[in-house]
Amino acid sequence: MTSIVEAAPYTVEEVVERFDPVMGLEVHVELNTATKMFCGCRNEFGAEPNTNVCPVCLGLPGSLPRVNARAVESAVLIGLALNCSVRERSGFARKNYFYPDMPKNFQISQYEDPIVFDGYLDVPLDDGTTWRVDIERAHMEEDTGKSLHMGGATGRIHGADYSLLDYNRAGVPLIEIVTRPIEGAGVRAPEVARAYVSALRDVIKGLGVSDVRMDQGSMRCDANVSLKPKGTAEFGTRTETKNVNSLRSVERAVRYEMGRHAGVLLSGGTITQETRHFDEQSGTTSAGRPKETFADYRFFPEPDLVPIEPSDDWVEQLRAGLPERPWERRARIQTDWGLSDEELRDLVNADALDLVADTVDAGAPPESARSWWVAYLAQEANTSGVALTELAITPEQVARVITLVSEGTLTNKLARQVVDGVLAGEGSPDDVVAGRGLAVVSDDSALTAAVDEALAAQPDVVQKIRDGKTKAAGAIVGAVMKATRGQADAARVQSLVLERVAAGS
Amino acid sequence: MSDITREDVAHLARLARLAVTDDELDVFSGQLDAILDTVGRVSEIDDDVPPTSHVAPITNVLRADEHIPSLDREAALAGAPAAEEGRFRVPRILGEEL
Amino acid sequence: MSSPDAELTRLDAAEIARRVQAREVSSVDVTRAHLARIDAVDGAEGGGLGAFLHVAAEQALATAAEIDAEIAAGTVRGPLAGVPVAIKDNMATRDMPTTCASRILEGWRPPYDATAVRRLREAGLVPLGKTNLDEFAMGGSNENSAYGIVRNPWDPSRVPGGSSGGSAAATAAGETPLAIGSDTGGSIRQPGAFTGTVGCKPTYGTVSRYGLVAFSSSLDQIGPFGRTVLDAAMLHEVIGGHDPCDQTSIDAPLPPVVEAALAGARGDLTGVRVGVVTELSGEGYQTGVLSAFTDAVRVLTDLGAEVVEVSCPSFTSAMPAYYIIAPSEASSNLARFDAMRYGLRVGDDGSHSTDEVMSLTREAGFGPEVKRRIMIGTHALSAGSYDALYGKALKARTLVVRDFAAAFEQCDVLVSPTVPTTAFPIGDRVDDPVAMYLADLCTIPANLAGTAGLSVPCGRAPEDGMPVGLQVMTPALADDRAYRVAAAYETARDSAAGAPFASTIPDPADLDGRAPLRSVSTLQGAS
Repeated sequence: MTSIVEAAPYTVEEVVERFDPVMGLEVHVELNTATKMFCGCRNEFGAEPNTNVCPVCLGLPGSLPRVNARAVESAVLIGLALNCSVRERSGFARKNYFYPDMPKNFQISQYEDPIVFDGYLDVPLDDGTTWRVDIERAHMEEDTGKSLHMGGATGRIHGADYSLLDYNRAGVPLIEIVTRPIEGAGVRAPEVARAYVSALRDVIKGLGVSDVRMDQGSMRCDANVSLKPKGTAEFGTRTETKNVNSLRSVERAVRYEMGRHAGVLLSGGTITQETRHFDEQSGTTSAGRPKETFADYRFFPEPDLVPIEPSDDWVEQLRAGLPERPWERRARIQTDWGLSDEELRDLVNADALDLVADTVDAGAPPESARSWWVAYLAQEANTSGVALTELAITPEQVARVITLVSEGTLTNKLARQVVDGVLAGEGSPDDVVAGRGLAVVSDDSALTAAVDEALAAQPDVVQKIRDGKTKAAGAIVGAVMKATRGQADAARVQSLVLERVAAGS
Repeated sequence: MSDITREDVAHLARLARLAVTDDELDVFSGQLDAILDTVGRVSEIDDDVPPTSHVAPITNVLRADEHIPSLDREAALAGAPAAEEGRFRVPRILGEEL
Repeated sequence: MSSPDAELTRLDAAEIARRVQAREVSSVDVTRAHLARIDAVDGAEGGGLGAFLHVAAEQALATAAEIDAEIAAGTVRGPLAGVPVAIKDNMATRDMPTTCASRILEGWRPPYDATAVRRLREAGLVPLGKTNLDEFAMGGSNENSAYGIVRNPWDPSRVPGGSSGGSAAATAAGETPLAIGSDTGGSIRQPGAFTGTVGCKPTYGTVSRYGLVAFSSSLDQIGPFGRTVLDAAMLHEVIGGHDPCDQTSIDAPLPPVVEAALAGARGDLTGVRVGVVTELSGEGYQTGVLSAFTDAVRVLTDLGAEVVEVSCPSFTSAMPAYYIIAPSEASSNLARFDAMRYGLRVGDDGSHSTDEVMSLTREAGFGPEVKRRIMIGTHALSAGSYDALYGKALKARTLVVRDFAAAFEQCDVLVSPTVPTTAFPIGDRVDDPVAMYLADLCTIPANLAGTAGLSVPCGRAPEDGMPVGLQVMTPALADDRAYRVAAAYETARDSAAGAPFASTIPDPADLDGRAPLRSVSTLQGAS
């Protein structure tokens, strides 16, 4: 295959002077169920090749699929979160095509009666406005295996001598979410595409039904783009750019295709309906290998599986349990905690929002929780080169430390030592306090004895205090703190000093 | 009446991954034509009749999301025409499925 | 057939089970007798019946010994413990090859057992081996097997029917007292009729399809063969019942077929309303078939049944609908045979791509009938013909379901000849697929509707001396009615004849010189 890199000759701004872009986005999400869509093999990323396979997912003769209940539940949850209707009677269908990574040479999917349909997602854009993306449908299907291309110069599919197949991923549950054509976005089309995928990712993450890791392929986007000359009603010919693997790539791929289409159309050419591949390096797309004939998938109802009829009760139960939408939650949190836009953005950018929220849920005041995560812990994470979320301390533990400070058991300085201890694997905050002997000396009799001792050692200072020079007490406090190795509350010591001097007079 | 040509048979054979011979194109086009003439009688059925794809009166048959032991890799690969590095070895793949 | 061993192969399964469990004879002796019988009559090279594709003699004897030991220790796994059984070679067996009589699966050993097979083992039956069939169960004569034809024990120049021709012939010829087959459009009942055995297609969803290599998933059903109605019923109860591995399996108790067979054998059908289907007789039906059928209906009347004429007009669309639906599903089900993960691989010499190797392998590995059906199905599902063919066939299916429902408001069971003709000569229809398809005319409606159907021998056609089958059809989940009616008929039939029908099956081992067998063996490659 030739790899001519076509320059995109038009910027988005130039494109929208002459054309209205139309987009359709198809997003595949791998569910994080324990087992596969149609068999009890583990659904896990990165296992040894062909160790999570059985007669069903290998498509062995005689085997039959068995629908995973949790996958159906996840599909309905996604649909509800996208404001979709749930179909009263939905069924599976076979999509027939030959490809070696698909063991049965058909994919069990849904065709005419997807489980959920007709929804929308209000997508927040960078300027604070929202864009409503209409959802046509979301349906259940199964993933394919993975091939490794051997020999040849590149290790890629083209020029390989042979391929090796691993079917661990074959049969992993997928939800495909399909938008209706997105029109009218004009110059913002690439941004809308990215924002939609980003919002969808946040929603699904919030549901907890998928890892939605674009880098690991658990979320994959295909972007359809076409251009419609301004003032016309009919859609132009579309191209489908496959497997765009990051949010940034979604935006770049749409931008590139818009420019490329305009270039072709304005030079008198026509767009070929085809699948294109996005190249991360160059930010361009290239044509896939054209099929010898148009795809005819010969869909028909899957005879091995029976229809699904979700009960109203069950659907309402799932609906009632839906979490808040992430951006709605952010807005609520901003109000509740009294954050400025900038403070909220810092929290989000530091990936600390969930951690802080969980810390607050565990009983800490928002201000202290936020301060711990974005200041001390963010710094710790940075120093040890791990993500904030991967630090070896839980929001509950941070909340406990904050409580210990507010109770007076720890000073801020001691608290940092406790956190260090937790991070070092010394156990819970209370374990560290006990293990390192870090608690503030709050036992008044012990403290009083230490104060009396210091006073006896420095009679001149005692005299100064008696003379009303209370600032002189600092010397005594310093001595007490030294004697208690910093584990006393300085304010408490100060008041004790003044008390004892007064009592002694 | 159906009218299945050699070209139609060649197209179907390509879709179905059958490397049919020239002789077969002749034989099959005649036979498929005769079969389709017979089975084509269903086209007379009223369009208002709803379709039946499943006869068993059952719905909502689901499996709990619980692990069932997989095959040993050796057993999984035992029937393979060729295997390498714990994987099924297949001839070169010409292009990605589009 | 004079040795005491040979006598064991004449016994019905219920009697074998009784003797084995009473320790009058060992399961090992019974198994050895049947293996000897297979040896004597089956070898295809010597012009034998060719019913078996694989005989697992050592495993069978070991299993039989195990069962004997259990019985000696006081444990009986089930009513058929110790009885030999044969398994159609389109069901997955862990310890025997599973070929579907296709080159594409030559030598394939599944890593698992089909549910029906597992249940045979758990019930203590002794699997003798795997039986021949039309490749992937596509055919009605067993001439489509890649591993040779099967001959009819009644006349070795004739077909045994199909696709479960091996299971039917083996049961008829005393190579096994019992066998399981699969029925997609008549593949148990039609060979049952052709070989003078009892065969039942249970209600769809009552016998698990897990491990049955799918031909047409919405139509396929595993069922029993026996030489008596009771034997078939006993086997039916072993293999039937809900299975979570098949999500089309119905979670309901299996109809009480053994009880019904025992009740029927008492010979009283008073109060049973029997419907004779108008559309399943008349023109195109062999004279001797119609006369045997009419006689059988008269017997039912004599037994007290109330016989009425019932019209099922849509049954005339059943055959065309079937030959769209079954190939459509088959085109998809058989796509997995692609040379990648198991089975035959052709052309992998470094010069061909996966796509080419798939096409070369499927071309070399499938026989002509399979290719025809794959192409018909591919055509019927294609965007351009889906509505006119597949879509319409599903509508025809609705009409068949409705006709059954209306008919069963007027009567308890429906009856018809099982097949319009008796077994035809080998080679007669191989070049005319449409003529071949007519053999399924009477059996297809029950597959389309998912209802039950049973074929019981009802005499022989005077013109060729070949057996004729009486088909008894019931509503879904009322399979027991078919067993009751068939058992009552069987009792009356045998008492009128003065001997069990099975005892009249000619013994292929007694045929002189085998000359006629060899002369037709050259036809093996004809299909």
